[in-house]
Amino acid sequence: MTISILLKTTISILASLILAPILLGIINRVKAGFAGRVGQPLLQPYYDIFKLLKKGLFYSTTTSWIFRWGTLVSLAVIVCALLIVPCGPFPALISFKGDIFLLVYLMGVVRFITVISALDTGSSFEGMGSSREMFFSALAEPALLLALMGLAKVTDSFSLTSIANTLSATNWFNNGASLALLMGTLFIVLLSENARIPIDDPNTHLELTMIHEVMVLDHSGPDFAVINYISALKLWIFSAIIAPVLFPIHTNNIIADFSVWLSGMVLISIAVGIVESSMARLRLTVIPQFLLGATALAITAIVLTWIG
Amino acid sequence: MKVQLLLILVLLTNLKLLGSSRLGSSIRTVAIQGSLLGLLPLFIELDSLNWRVMTLAIGTVFLKGFVFANLLFRAINVANVNREVQPFAGYVSSLLYGIVALIVSFWLGQILNLGQLSYSPLIIPVSFFGIFSGLFLIVSRRRAISQVLGFLVLENGVFTFGAGIIKMTSLLVEIGILLDVFVAILVMGITVFRISQECDHIDTDKLITLKD
Amino acid sequence: MKFLFTSFGIWSFTILCLIVFGRRERLCSVAGGLGVISGSLFAIASGVTTLLSNSYECFYLNWNYIGDKISFALDPLAAWFVIPVCGLSLLAAIYAIAYDWDNETGYSKSFSWILFILLLASMVLVICAANGVVFLMAWEVMAVSSFFLVIRDSAHSHSSQDAGWIYLIATHLGTVFLVILFLLAQAQTGSFDFMVWEKQGLNIPNRSLLFLLAAIGFGTKAGFVPFHIWLPEAHPAAPSYISAVMSGVMIKTGIYGLIRSIGWFGAPIPHWWGIAVLVIGIVSGVLGVLFAIAQHDLKRLLAYHSVENIGIITIGIGVGLVGLSYDNAGLIFLGFSGAVLHVLNHAVFKGLLFLGAGSVLHSTEEREIDKMGGLLKRMPLTGVAFLIGAMAISGLPPLNGFVSELIIFISGVHSLLSKDVTIGLCGAAVVGGLALIGGLAAACFAKAFGIIFVGEPRSDKCSKAEESSPLMTIPMLVLAMLCLVIGLSGAWLVAGVAPQIVQNISKNTSLDFAGYQSQLSNALMFVGLTGGLLIVLLALFVLIKKALIKNRTVSYGLTWDCGYTRPTARMQYTASSFAQPFLELFKPILRTRHHYHVHMPDNMFPQGANFHTETPDICHTEVYRPVFLKISEILMKFRFLQHGYIQIYILYIALTLILLLIWKIR
Repeated sequence: MTISILLKTTISILASLILAPILLGIINRVKAGFAGRVGQPLLQPYYDIFKLLKKGLFYSTTTSWIFRWGTLVSLAVIVCALLIVPCGPFPALISFKGDIFLLVYLMGVVRFITVISALDTGSSFEGMGSSREMFFSALAEPALLLALMGLAKVTDSFSLTSIANTLSATNWFNNGASLALLMGTLFIVLLSENARIPIDDPNTHLELTMIHEVMVLDHSGPDFAVINYISALKLWIFSAIIAPVLFPIHTNNIIADFSVWLSGMVLISIAVGIVESSMARLRLTVIPQFLLGATALAITAIVLTWIG
Repeated sequence: MKVQLLLILVLLTNLKLLGSSRLGSSIRTVAIQGSLLGLLPLFIELDSLNWRVMTLAIGTVFLKGFVFANLLFRAINVANVNREVQPFAGYVSSLLYGIVALIVSFWLGQILNLGQLSYSPLIIPVSFFGIFSGLFLIVSRRRAISQVLGFLVLENGVFTFGAGIIKMTSLLVEIGILLDVFVAILVMGITVFRISQECDHIDTDKLITLKD
Repeated sequence: MKFLFTSFGIWSFTILCLIVFGRRERLCSVAGGLGVISGSLFAIASGVTTLLSNSYECFYLNWNYIGDKISFALDPLAAWFVIPVCGLSLLAAIYAIAYDWDNETGYSKSFSWILFILLLASMVLVICAANGVVFLMAWEVMAVSSFFLVIRDSAHSHSSQDAGWIYLIATHLGTVFLVILFLLAQAQTGSFDFMVWEKQGLNIPNRSLLFLLAAIGFGTKAGFVPFHIWLPEAHPAAPSYISAVMSGVMIKTGIYGLIRSIGWFGAPIPHWWGIAVLVIGIVSGVLGVLFAIAQHDLKRLLAYHSVENIGIITIGIGVGLVGLSYDNAGLIFLGFSGAVLHVLNHAVFKGLLFLGAGSVLHSTEEREIDKMGGLLKRMPLTGVAFLIGAMAISGLPPLNGFVSELIIFISGVHSLLSKDVTIGLCGAAVVGGLALIGGLAAACFAKAFGIIFVGEPRSDKCSKAEESSPLMTIPMLVLAMLCLVIGLSGAWLVAGVAPQIVQNISKNTSLDFAGYQSQLSNALMFVGLTGGLLIVLLALFVLIKKALIKNRTVSYGLTWDCGYTRPTARMQYTASSFAQPFLELFKPILRTRHHYHVHMPDNMFPQGANFHTETPDICHTEVYRPVFLKISEILMKFRFLQHGYIQIYILYIALTLILLLIWKIR
């Protein structure tokens, strides 16, 4: 590894770590705009995280060491997952043939730990949220993996970095329909995994509507700050998978490429905000059909690549 | 290229029909599918446009996109039908069937490779998928209107096949098919209206009582 | 080979000692345990040396009765299977000493240990056998000894005995197929020797028929759907360390037999074999995990997960078979490596989970998940070990389950990227199926661990539970460490061992595996590095947090309970509720039955109410039960032959003798 590559990778990792919460801010601003309000400042997620980091902690007597240290394990896992995703022109630190699966299963670890921390509190609300979370993600995982397989099929490579590097405008020309369908599936999975409408409502804390928010009800202070940061990083990772498909532009100028990629990420956040403002949450019994529909789109995309 | 895009959109409308739950949106989807297929001969013969192709395209779009939809909407409004489709197979099963039918259609497309005869390698898969979807809709839905829709989708599948394969002589065949379908829809619409008048419902499940 | 004979010698000597010691219970336990441990160590040593030296050893004994020789062979494939068999049995033996120490079991300790040693020795013999007759004899001893162990604790429960009978009948029905296969092979080639079969290639009467016989025969032992119905009956009924051995390694002998039999059919094999095996694998995996989610009994849940993991292994074998039929080196290497590695991994984490379940059962005397809770605080070591086992079986990195599933996923991607449409479809099915299986398994174990070990105890017995003795917790911790170690060091295992094993299976020396091997090692090395990085980051974050909260206020209290004045532990989420969305979505397959009993209130206060679900195995109720009931109906018609008069029985014997005489005279 030469110094320049090492430097580039470090810069991209630092950029991801620092910029991730902005996406949440953009989504909130877009929602506020649709509602006719001015809305929170763009940097509000940062303010929230710092405010929470300064607070004290409250632990329930039911919980064990899993609850106390689980958030840190999730943070370590998701930072490792971040290292697999390429940031625009900067290649990922961990890149090998098959890193797609490592990424998806690292997210699975985060989910598993969140769920058992939630069950650790012994609260029925959190149990309900855990059950729904595992249910929907069990259905979303095939959709996600098949969509990533579709991308692999289109670019004939199966490492995220090489997929991002190989995607170009000619792919849109040749396999445009497949890529559009794959982007649709990936967007639906993004909405599902990040607890956005129409799967889950990130604003309310009522039993009827919550899946993700309820699992973190008992976390407090720095633990909750870490949880908010983890959800920001999750959104960043999922957007970073879609961004190269959206704008597969490779000039040789690093700054230009990175700006294009960043604008892709911002565009995706705006799209999430628009979807959140214009749709209502689906009934819980309809969500499996929705996710199955996403899987059907991914399979259609893969089947189309055999013809085109 | 545009032909490819059109066919993929037709395929997506079929998928939407399989997973759809409301009569109104199903009728609209079939109308959109009909309009897309009406435009198909236009895009196929984009270089050699003449007035026959244009009139045929416009006529098909008008008939399939507007007239049939209107007839069906009027039928369900007059018969005061409950707008929710009640299927025999659940939505999950329908979507799973759709995925399997899709794979089988593409496999058939590979086997029955027509090469130069077809305008696009997607013609056979999309038409077979349309036929399979139409058959499934007829078999698995309860309401008579849904079965009419299934028949329309089936005809659309056959139309796709015809339009994509033969060249100029297809126009006669297509006019013939269109007349066929028009008469069928008219008859079916009237029948449904009459059934609902006699029996106060159009649930084909309950029509078996007629056999006694 | 010498080590292996030492093992057998030690085991025979131990059986002798056990017969001699007779009634002295404690001495029997210690003697049995020591015998198993030392014998297993020697066997593992022989396996490891064979793998490291990539050697092939044979041993012959002349025997003139059936077949011409008794032969044993130890090649890398067999060595790879011997190691988990003996390793897990070793740890189970240590566990068994403590588990049975104070228990009153159905049999005397010496008989129990004799059966255990017989089971272990017969498993090793099945793997090393190179002759059909030896194979079948060892197979039979394995089945019978495990049957007796399954019904050991059934003095009080009727269902345990039924479970034993179902197991015995199922395994014998499977063995029938194997006997037919071996007889047909002998009819064609004239000998029972496996080497001869491999050289000639079996194809009479019909290769596909022989393959089907092998698949059904070995599949019954392995637990393919729909032959798996004995698994969820027998594994819960057996004592926990026996369940661990049965589930972890005994069913793998079926997989071993299937892989061995691939070599007998000669190349090239038809395409549909691989696709059929793949389909069986996906169906077993999905159905296994779905039924697992619906279970209330911890050990039954774990038994269904064995079906699921056998499905995953079979997916790997299916991909390998597809590769063999298309002569695709990548698919062969990746498919079989993944399958074989998952054999080892499953032995490790399933053994761990069953030992953990046994520990929980031992302390709480409770098997239903919904009556447990909060055991992590009361049994910390068991809890940690079970957590690692649960994360490993869900395929979460950086543990070993992820490594083997990754290999099978990569084989699926390779299939998908190939030009052939059929192979591509197989690849898509592999990825989609394995993704679904992984997601559902993670959900099931989140439920199992989450309800049993965390939260508040839901019954009195659980609140009084205590940690098990060190002899029980140490094997579990060893297995947990092994999960982590294999997860981090998978690359070296693949680099060192996989090529020889795959070469053993495919026998086609023209194929080049080196490229795929290096690609896989590269991938697994990154996985290991990620695991290491994770541990480093975690340590860093823990230090940061500890520094951060040094001067902060940390207060404690109850979980927010929405203002109820008297919350109880029974108000927590239950396992049935956790699993309910799955049971609802997959209702056509699972057909869960709901039973309600509600006492209507006659005054202001509510009366008791009772709700209970049960999910009987669909293959059992829809396929086997009706068939067997029909057969028994037909056979009832012959009841008149059995009437009890001894004179008429002797008349039957006389008639038969006269008939034989007439037949032979003609």
